[in-house]
Amino acid sequence: MTIDQISVFVENKPGRLAGITELLSGANVDIRALSIADTADFGILRIIVNEPVVALEALKAAGIAVSVTQVLAVAIEDVPGSLAKALRILSDAGVSVEYAYAFITRNADVAYVIFRVEDTERATEIFAEHGIKTASPQEVYDI
Amino acid sequence: MGKRYYQEDMETASYDLMYRIQTERLAKTVKHAYDHVAPYRAKMKAKGVEPGDIKSPEDLKKLPFLSKDDLRDEYPYGYLAKPLSDCVRIQSTSGTTGKRVVAFYTQADIDLWDECCARAIVAVGGTNEDVVHVSYGYGLFTGGPGLNGGSHKVGSLTLPMSSGNTDRQIQFMTDLGSTILCCTPSYAAFLAENINNAGLRDQIKLKAGIFGAEAWSEEMRRDIERNLGIRAYDIYGLTEISGPGVSFECEEQTGMHVNEDHFIAEIIDPETEEVLPLGSKGELVFSCITKEAFPLLRYRTRDICVLTRDACSCGRTLVKMHKPMGRSDDMLIIRGVNVFPSQIETVLLGQGYPANYQIIVDRVNYTDTFEVQVEMTTEMFSDEVKKVAQREKDLLTALKSMLGISPKVTLVSPRTIARSEGKAVRVIDKRKI
Repeated sequence: MTIDQISVFVENKPGRLAGITELLSGANVDIRALSIADTADFGILRIIVNEPVVALEALKAAGIAVSVTQVLAVAIEDVPGSLAKALRILSDAGVSVEYAYAFITRNADVAYVIFRVEDTERATEIFAEHGIKTASPQEVYDI
Repeated sequence: MGKRYYQEDMETASYDLMYRIQTERLAKTVKHAYDHVAPYRAKMKAKGVEPGDIKSPEDLKKLPFLSKDDLRDEYPYGYLAKPLSDCVRIQSTSGTTGKRVVAFYTQADIDLWDECCARAIVAVGGTNEDVVHVSYGYGLFTGGPGLNGGSHKVGSLTLPMSSGNTDRQIQFMTDLGSTILCCTPSYAAFLAENINNAGLRDQIKLKAGIFGAEAWSEEMRRDIERNLGIRAYDIYGLTEISGPGVSFECEEQTGMHVNEDHFIAEIIDPETEEVLPLGSKGELVFSCITKEAFPLLRYRTRDICVLTRDACSCGRTLVKMHKPMGRSDDMLIIRGVNVFPSQIETVLLGQGYPANYQIIVDRVNYTDTFEVQVEMTTEMFSDEVKKVAQREKDLLTALKSMLGISPKVTLVSPRTIARSEGKAVRVIDKRKI
């Protein structure tokens, strides 16, 4: 099962990120997880939010360049070695990871890892075969 | 001390003599153009003018104007006035697709062009004892071939260095004792910096430089003079008229003498097209009066400047044009290359970007910086860094291929490029020249 990640173009200029997050706050959108990829020229802000549709509309209405990307959220045990295990499973199956970022929650035992992989369906199957559950959208949005 | 003039009779001709020469040559060229250049004949007919109506330089104002667009519309042979079998060379403007202008030359045209450049070299003290180091580009660009030809006429030892490869430039300069440097002022400043950084200043023998093809300030002149221990002179020209040497600076360094036995200069109001008196600021217009293959009449240069005819301490009587102060169109000259905003627009649209962009030109350490800001759109955006980077790279390649020079491309947020009164500000030229 995949979840919606919103990717936002961020010009390399002071205040851009502040502006985008202020906009989201104005739309009453709560950010669950966030990651920024930066190049010499620009950045890409990737966020998981409680209300993806609302966030998307708000950003589009403000004329910001955005896209929605399907990513996998995997709940893993918050102990040493869990992430390595998940990555090894993907690697053994020949699924490559474009990028990933992780966050912990108020539930002390669980951490979530967001994976962007080449073949999302295949990765979901592989995880299922190994007893790793991919989180449902609502589960992540409602954290 | 060598000769003061290359062609003293013309360079110091009395006003009356020059007037007679111009009258005779103009009449001949107008007839030549009318007889052999169909589009110009059509323009003259449309204006109700016949060759016989042009009896003196004052009658020039009766003739129709020519613009770069006229030449482009008839690319490549429309304004050619001689059979190709009589032509020996072409040169071309630095603009690319859609903006290219090709000029044709007979051997006589090359000779007169070379002579004009020879006058410029002699005016800065050049003789057959000199080593003339030509670091203008060679090829379609007129800079290299023009000064090269002029140097040959003077009998100087000519080093056809062309542009680039700075280490080699400096090595030849020191090994062969170059005395006169010909290049763009920004390249001269760059060479000066490299020579001084390498501690080679006392090993160069340069005494003068002839620098043109781009705008430069008095301050930049003094800097180059100080950093190279030379005197720096301006030169002006354009491919459509011949190339460098249409006008050149003398020892007085207060403007460029127009070779008016070959080219008649006028200043017009760019809006009303009315001819303005000497001393007025307006658009410079040239009429070729000796050229065979490409005899353009009343060609609008789009350069804004002033003509004066005050007595010059060098003894030349040729009318002087002051440094161009700007353009009457939107053309930018960046690192010596002609750039039209419309070319950038064409590339952006072709690559899928919106035609909302901003060109920012500045000059840092005497070198032009050139940035194109492009608005990112949701369509062109992707979550994948490599996809966005690849599109950016493709855009850069396309811009370079269109313009001949590489800008820095900056992707900016949508709808952030400043607009004034609903119209976007396309060009920000911060250069203080």
